[in-house]
Amino acid sequence: MITFSHLTKQFGAYKAVDDLSFSVEPHEAVALWGPNGAGKTTVIKCLLGLLQYKGQITVNDFDAHRQGRAARGQIGYVPQAQSFYDDMGTLEMTQYFARLKRAPAGDPRRLLDQVGLGEHLQKKVGALSGGMKQRLALALALLGDPPVMVMDEPTSNLDAGARDQLLHLLAAVKAAGKTIIFTSHRVEEIETLADRVLVMERGQVRFTCSAAELPGKLGWRSQVKLRLPAESLDRALGILRAGGFDVRRNGVGVIVDVAHGDKARPIHVLSAADIQVTDFVHLTDVEGE
Amino acid sequence: MRLKTVWTLAQKEMRDALHNRWFVLYTLAFVGLSLAFSYMALAGAGIAGFAGFGRTAASLINLVLLIVPLMALTIGAQSLAGEQEHGTLAYLLAQPVTRLEIFGGKYLGLLLSLLASLTLGFGISGLVMALNGGGASNPTAYVRLVWQTFLLSLTMLSVGFLISALTKRAGVAIGIGLFLWLTFVFLGDLGLMGTAIAMRVPIDELFLLSLSNPLQVFKMSAVLDINRTLDILGPAGIYALQEFGRALRYVFLAVMALWIIVPATLAYWRFANRNDF
Repeated sequence: MITFSHLTKQFGAYKAVDDLSFSVEPHEAVALWGPNGAGKTTVIKCLLGLLQYKGQITVNDFDAHRQGRAARGQIGYVPQAQSFYDDMGTLEMTQYFARLKRAPAGDPRRLLDQVGLGEHLQKKVGALSGGMKQRLALALALLGDPPVMVMDEPTSNLDAGARDQLLHLLAAVKAAGKTIIFTSHRVEEIETLADRVLVMERGQVRFTCSAAELPGKLGWRSQVKLRLPAESLDRALGILRAGGFDVRRNGVGVIVDVAHGDKARPIHVLSAADIQVTDFVHLTDVEGE
Repeated sequence: MRLKTVWTLAQKEMRDALHNRWFVLYTLAFVGLSLAFSYMALAGAGIAGFAGFGRTAASLINLVLLIVPLMALTIGAQSLAGEQEHGTLAYLLAQPVTRLEIFGGKYLGLLLSLLASLTLGFGISGLVMALNGGGASNPTAYVRLVWQTFLLSLTMLSVGFLISALTKRAGVAIGIGLFLWLTFVFLGDLGLMGTAIAMRVPIDELFLLSLSNPLQVFKMSAVLDINRTLDILGPAGIYALQEFGRALRYVFLAVMALWIIVPATLAYWRFANRNDF
């Protein structure tokens, strides 16, 4: 269990975290969601003992300040930025951190195999791709089988393919029963991992909700672009507007604003009116006011 | 503090030193120059070949004064600042290790690397001299010089660590290290002489001022070991021996110890209390 009690962190006159209190139950996965500057990473850094703070943080009853080493011994940390020793071999570096974490001797090879780096043991860390480095970060975090995982935007620097691979691995970590706290900007991370989301703003928690409730609470909307036959364009615009959609013409198609999780509805509406959608693209998710 | 953790960290530092081309270059330069100095020590007398230990030790003092502080200052200056700049220090601090273990491991690793490099340099020179029959006079002076050099390297390593703890970027830290090296090497003597002349500083105060520069302390201590007098250093040298007698060696040792302990302690204090990772 992780508890944050009246956590406050100030940098000069600026309060990055303001009297924050919450807890993460055993085997629970909690996401910290919020814009840049909300204080999410500051919370993580305080938990890891990288910053001094006011208040109290405990990790499985170890005080993160007074019993820092013991508290960090409970934690596996996956950072956002992959800062490793680029001139070391992959296995060599993993063995180094295994010794620091007093992990079993067999852990490095086993974990590197588990994250799909079994064929890259002798490769220099600097020669690994971004996705491989993040998988390496996960392997390092799992050394010694810590009960708690702390992750700072774990997939933010990855391309789509690498992100999917890592999310798959993280889902397995969650399924293994680890307690997880992570920061995120990404819907996929929330949907894959989070049981509960703390929405932060200006160092405080605005509200708490489940992962499923988050899009609605934030008023998320999606934009989809539908490609239509030229002769059907005007009729399609009329039908969609009559159906309450916010829609505008865009070249040989239309762009429609829809509720998050409801991207197929305009396609169904047009299909019911015998208008064929020849192609579609999900443009973006937009956070509401 | 877990000694095994400190040793693991120290091993990593030693590994990095072996892969550090500047460290390797310093070592090669030191070996090459010490052999060359030894050879040239007798060249002026028209005698070719490697000089005896005693004469070589005297020649090596100046070499040590130039290279060893430069080596130790720059390596120490990169120690913490380099890892911070690269981002690896924050990740290391997030592991179940204490800041004392990290500091201790880095210091121990660089200390052992420096000592190994110096031992290699002095050892090869010494071996070559011994094989060339140069051992007739005073090998003890050579061994004492090695010991004094070890102490000097530790003082500069500690100062380097202090610089590293106060900065966040390796380039800035190395720049400060180079500036301090220049200050110690060139301004120490000039500054003292200029001050003495301009302000008519009494001899005893001149001697105390000289103790504020660890390179001066090393030079005086090394010359005392070789010559058993400090006459060649002028009135301040004569005063020092008259004033302190046999205790003078211990005065030098105590000053060097302070120069090792104080900067290292300040460096650790700064590192332990930093709040900006």
